[in-house]
Amino acid sequence: METITDIRWVLACYADDVPANGGACVKHGNEQIAIYNFARRGEWYATQNLCPHKQQMVLSRGMIGSEGDSCEPKVACPFHKKTFSLLSGECLSGDEFQIKTYPVQVIDGKVYIGII
Amino acid sequence: MSQLTIVVVGNGMVGYKFCEKLVSRSNQFNIVVFGEEPRIAYDRVHLSEYFNGKSADDLSLSTSSWYADNGIALHLDDPIQEINRIDKTVHSLKGSVIKYDYLVLATGSSPFVPNIEGIEKKGVFVYRTIEDLDLIRDYAANAKVAAVMGGGLLGLEAAKALIDLGIKETHVIEFAPRLMPRQIDSAGSAMLQSKLKQFGLTIHLNKSTSEIAGDDKVESLKFNDDTSLAVDMLVMSAGVRPRDELAKLAGLQTSSRGGIIVNEKMQTGDECIFAIGECALYNSMIYGLVAPGYEMADIVVTYLTGGDKSFYGYDMSTKLKLIGVDVASFGDAFITEPDCRTIVFEDTHKGVYKRINISNDGKYLLGGILVGEAEVYNILLQTVNNKIALPPSPEDMILGSRGGEAAEGAGVMSLPDDALICSCEAVSKLAICSAVNDGALGIDDIKKCTKAGTGCGGCVPLVKDLIAGTMKANGQYVKNVICEHFDYSRQELFDMVKINKLKNYDLVLDHFGKGDGCEVCKPAVASILSSLWNDVIVKQHTIQDSNDRYLANIQKGGTYSVVPRIPGGEITPDKLIVIGQVAKKYGLYTKITGGQRIDMFGAHLNDLPAIWEELIDAGFESGHAYGKSLRTVKSCVGSTWCRYGLHDSVSFAIEIEERYKGVRSPHKLKGGVSGCVRECAEAQAKDFGIIATEKGWNLYICGNGGSKPQHAQLLATDIDSATCIKYLDRFLMFYIKTADPLTRTATWLNKMDGGIAYLKNVIINNSLDINEQLEEEMQELVNTYHCEWKEVVKNDELRKRFVHFINAPEEKDPAIKFEPMREQIKAKW
Repeated sequence: METITDIRWVLACYADDVPANGGACVKHGNEQIAIYNFARRGEWYATQNLCPHKQQMVLSRGMIGSEGDSCEPKVACPFHKKTFSLLSGECLSGDEFQIKTYPVQVIDGKVYIGII
Repeated sequence: MSQLTIVVVGNGMVGYKFCEKLVSRSNQFNIVVFGEEPRIAYDRVHLSEYFNGKSADDLSLSTSSWYADNGIALHLDDPIQEINRIDKTVHSLKGSVIKYDYLVLATGSSPFVPNIEGIEKKGVFVYRTIEDLDLIRDYAANAKVAAVMGGGLLGLEAAKALIDLGIKETHVIEFAPRLMPRQIDSAGSAMLQSKLKQFGLTIHLNKSTSEIAGDDKVESLKFNDDTSLAVDMLVMSAGVRPRDELAKLAGLQTSSRGGIIVNEKMQTGDECIFAIGECALYNSMIYGLVAPGYEMADIVVTYLTGGDKSFYGYDMSTKLKLIGVDVASFGDAFITEPDCRTIVFEDTHKGVYKRINISNDGKYLLGGILVGEAEVYNILLQTVNNKIALPPSPEDMILGSRGGEAAEGAGVMSLPDDALICSCEAVSKLAICSAVNDGALGIDDIKKCTKAGTGCGGCVPLVKDLIAGTMKANGQYVKNVICEHFDYSRQELFDMVKINKLKNYDLVLDHFGKGDGCEVCKPAVASILSSLWNDVIVKQHTIQDSNDRYLANIQKGGTYSVVPRIPGGEITPDKLIVIGQVAKKYGLYTKITGGQRIDMFGAHLNDLPAIWEELIDAGFESGHAYGKSLRTVKSCVGSTWCRYGLHDSVSFAIEIEERYKGVRSPHKLKGGVSGCVRECAEAQAKDFGIIATEKGWNLYICGNGGSKPQHAQLLATDIDSATCIKYLDRFLMFYIKTADPLTRTATWLNKMDGGIAYLKNVIINNSLDINEQLEEEMQELVNTYHCEWKEVVKNDELRKRFVHFINAPEEKDPAIKFEPMREQIKAKW
């Protein structure tokens, strides 16, 4: 039996548009979604673009990296350097913030975001 | 059991310390304190800092709630008038009568005012309390010339206070043939004198004042040698006298030369009455320093709480900074041949005098004097006090070992466990090392758990050495690593990247790091790469902080501000018009910055390249306001227009700003050039400040505004422009290569072992033999300067990055909103 998931894959941009080991912002309707090209690990991530700390639309302009022995992928907000897990969306700098994450697929140089 | 009542007369430093020690060891006592002054105990040792920005509150040793919290009844502004030893009561001015079981006299001392004709005149002050300082400050506002009578420690402190108050001309008059006669010898005094002269003090020795002349206020001083000196005010600092009048009145034994006579338990003839601090005379000696006073307090507290401890005199060694000059005297400073052998080092160029007295058999250090440079004081003092055998070449102790490896810190760890490290708080080496073993990590931890270093602070370097030494002995390695991805300090990484010629972040991470990097190491490595290779930073834009990534300063709401370079703050009317036109066209808010340029706020990311294209066409360049790099070199208008200006400060500021523009550094850099001593460019608050003198320029370095302002320190005087730039090249490059990430020059210097003396030695005397290299490296950075915005504007690939939505490049961020304010806009938030 086939499981049908409710994920709708939306073409967001071309892989070339997002800088290696950095992020870019895409517009999806009225939503702003940050996409990260973690080229060093060959991984892609997507989160909301809004940093919940001071409500700034900037996460796509933040630096990405990893934390801890498990190398949890993360993004740091350029405003006050709050960091968020790119896997869970959990705030890693000790605050009670949570950001939305989206699944990402790259097929034939095109980046798709899974909207649930 | 009924509590015993202890009355403390006097609420100075020693009286307060007595209370602090007593409440920490027992709650069996009912404590009542009477103080003559209207405020709670304060730090008299650092009194002169009152004119240097510290408030009375800053100087307070505790808070008024501290007394209440510890059950101490505090009577301020209420001196005790009488002691009734038969009833065992004290009677205060305001009428309180308190019955005591024990009485502690900590009445301190008062300034000695000699009976000179005219001493009662207006404009004559003493220097002891905060109230005295308030009076001095008010009077000094209208005074141009001031004199201090007395060239001892306190007199020189008072002179410094007068300089800090802005008195144009300050004189010190000393009766003896040398300054600080209790601490230093004639040669040391001569060296100190020449140093103080540089700070604008005029010293008169062998001068005996016969009259203070003037109508109702002081106008001049007349001396026994028939000379005179016109002054507007006079501060008396001719020594102090113990406050023993209350004790005398109560029939306690006092000395004819002043002082309440006590035994080794600090007991007066009345076994219920003690005297401690500067009012107490033990073995015919008054101990006029705070450390022995604290020790006396400890002895009485020990006695009252059932212990047994005696006073056997006290080491009167001292180290202090007088008007920026280190002076120290330790052990038997004045012993001379044939009772000892003396080694003297004198450097009139740098103003350093060092003398050590060693035993005739060459085995032990007996004492010595240090002027101008006293870093070795602590270790020398420990060597005397612990009778540590001297090395075969004792001169190494003052000259440093010449040739061969310096045995850094080894001396500290070889001290015996009971060596007294902090004499103010009586903390031993063992106590400090134990605290480190128990998990204390740094000086702040040690201060909290042992109190070491919380008194005069003189032992702090030694405590730091002990912390480092103990940690090292435990196998703990102390160093500032960059972050979890790089187990190296910035300086180490800088050298490794250079030697391996690594040009991008991923290579550096692969070679020397682990994991995938983070927001700490990425910009740190980016800064290192820029300082080494000076490539266009946007080529590696994802390792830059947001401001560097978009070459603009991100502001509230996500817009950016734009700052074109305006070197030295000089701008033509045509360029001003262009700024106005650009701001108007793109709807930007404009404001003059603190660095003499114009900031345009509220630019959309998408508009940045177009804005810069217009600015560049008009001849502007990037101002690097977004970078950890040179911001501005502020200038006053200088000799071209100003009637006071000595040199053309604007031209020099422009030359310097043009030279260092674009150079990336561990943190931002700001400079200033003033055309005369009036210092309108506020150069002494900058990372480097240049002030015109009659003969050239004075160069100051490592100043800082910001949350913890710090004045820049003098590096060189009366140098010409070329030398100034040479020194700046060396200074900046040395900073760039050795500072931790995000460390301003002021903090960098504060952390540097040896401080400004060491840095001077590197920059001016080439002590590390690296100056040629530093100059070459800086020249390379200067040669490879490029305007980052020019690179972006002419490159379509780079321009493409300046969009908000990657899938809708024409659209601006709809979340950005503005609202009107005073005919301009502000971010709506």
